[in-house]
Amino acid sequence: MGKTTSAAALGAALAQAGQNVVVVDFDVGLRNLDLVMGAERRVVFDLVNVVQGDAKLPQALIRDRRIDKLHLLPASQTRDKDALTEPGVERVMDELRQQFDWIICDSPAGIEKGATLAMRFADVAVVVTNPEVSSVRDSDRIIGLLDAKTLRAERGESIEKHLLLTRYDAARAARGEMMKVEDVLEILAIPLLGIVAESPDVLTASNVGCPVTLHNPASSVARAYDEAARRLLGETIVVTTPAERRGLMSRLFGRRAALA
Amino acid sequence: MHEDRPLNADPSTAAARTEDGIPAPSTILMRGRSLLALVIAPRWPLAAWLEALDAQTHRAANLFEQRPVVVNLAAALEDERGPEAALEALVALAARNIKVIGVEGIDPAVLGQTRWSRLPIIPPGRETAVREDVGAVPPATATAPAPVRPPPSLLIDRPVRSGQSIVFDHGDITVIGAVASGAEVIAGGSIHVYGALRGRAIAGLSVGAAARIFCQKLEAEMVAVDDRYRTAEHWGADLHGRAVQIRRDRDGLRFSALD
Repeated sequence: MGKTTSAAALGAALAQAGQNVVVVDFDVGLRNLDLVMGAERRVVFDLVNVVQGDAKLPQALIRDRRIDKLHLLPASQTRDKDALTEPGVERVMDELRQQFDWIICDSPAGIEKGATLAMRFADVAVVVTNPEVSSVRDSDRIIGLLDAKTLRAERGESIEKHLLLTRYDAARAARGEMMKVEDVLEILAIPLLGIVAESPDVLTASNVGCPVTLHNPASSVARAYDEAARRLLGETIVVTTPAERRGLMSRLFGRRAALA
Repeated sequence: MHEDRPLNADPSTAAARTEDGIPAPSTILMRGRSLLALVIAPRWPLAAWLEALDAQTHRAANLFEQRPVVVNLAAALEDERGPEAALEALVALAARNIKVIGVEGIDPAVLGQTRWSRLPIIPPGRETAVREDVGAVPPATATAPAPVRPPPSLLIDRPVRSGQSIVFDHGDITVIGAVASGAEVIAGGSIHVYGALRGRAIAGLSVGAAARIFCQKLEAEMVAVDDRYRTAEHWGADLHGRAVQIRRDRDGLRFSALD
């Protein structure tokens, strides 16, 4: 779906914009963020150790080698989500809040303990969805939970929600094989943070362990994440729908068809 | 303009089934209903009380119109004429076209061989203030503090998300926004959706067949009114995405386009 890729890319983009950022992997048991950020060989302590009090937060935080202001708090691969407790997560979040401008919690899939704890203390939520019906309905469910189960919601405050549409394929959308952007927005009814096109760049970047915004900053994907990060920082940038990438032949053909 | 189409109910929904799955031979549907009755308590001397009553109905002409009335005749027992005084009050009320559906504070049997003796005794209900000016007529009814009644309708001014269930069996539900696929809205009365209805809507839990479902865009997974339901495959593609009204009609549900 793109949650982990997006967490790493947004985190890197925010850090490049000068913000102090930590990306926290909540997918205990199926950790991936360390791989995507290229820190898998530097993990000693993890979120579970800190939550359970076995390690101090600075011992578990991993500073990115490329961007000073980017940090990772990895998940544990050998435990499961039940190792996390709400008071423990709250304590870690409070501690991180004192140190960082942005705490990005990479939520696991599903609506169980890992996901509910990842969203529990959030002020802002970025809902990552793909333009397909199953993904959109799951996202709708998550938005409902954000409005009901987060601490802010329970205190009667609202939680800021943004939609990040990933794996968007303009050609398939034009052929009607994929949901259109406006259909997704109509169903989910939350503001759009950005549209990230389906691209081989994403896979390449995560295979080499580098957030896509750092790996190939000129790519359309990197630009999309970069703009999304700047929108999170309050800049007003118009969201553009990625255009269909066409070969020379189809371009010529298309023009001729238009002339005919 | 779309033509109204009555849809016949699936036979499996028409009759209740016994535990082993065999349809019960016949089923009587029973439903509870609570309604508001005015309680008035005549006082003696009756002439003065009737004068006050007439003055009140003069001020509010439709006060007793179409309203069931229960008469509290406890005060009649204190009068030396007893049952005769009670009869006098009932006759006077009937002359004023007030529909007495029952008595309280007295055994109807003491009213002898009159038509009043068959009136049912109304079991004690919950006292409720109907209108402020009504309290002035029978002071006895105004003494009980009025309990807070639940609001007759529920307004949801945000989308109903997938997995959410809105249940309100006291009355109507109005949703400003869409009802998502996988969400459900269940109302005692009617359901109004100002947006797309993509999930389930179940209306009429307490009012029954009188309930209706309205939506701006019908893309529902299932709709039900009273004891009849329909899934998306039952209504035609021509209604999909349109503003639609759904109501009970004889044995099924009737879908009609509103646009």
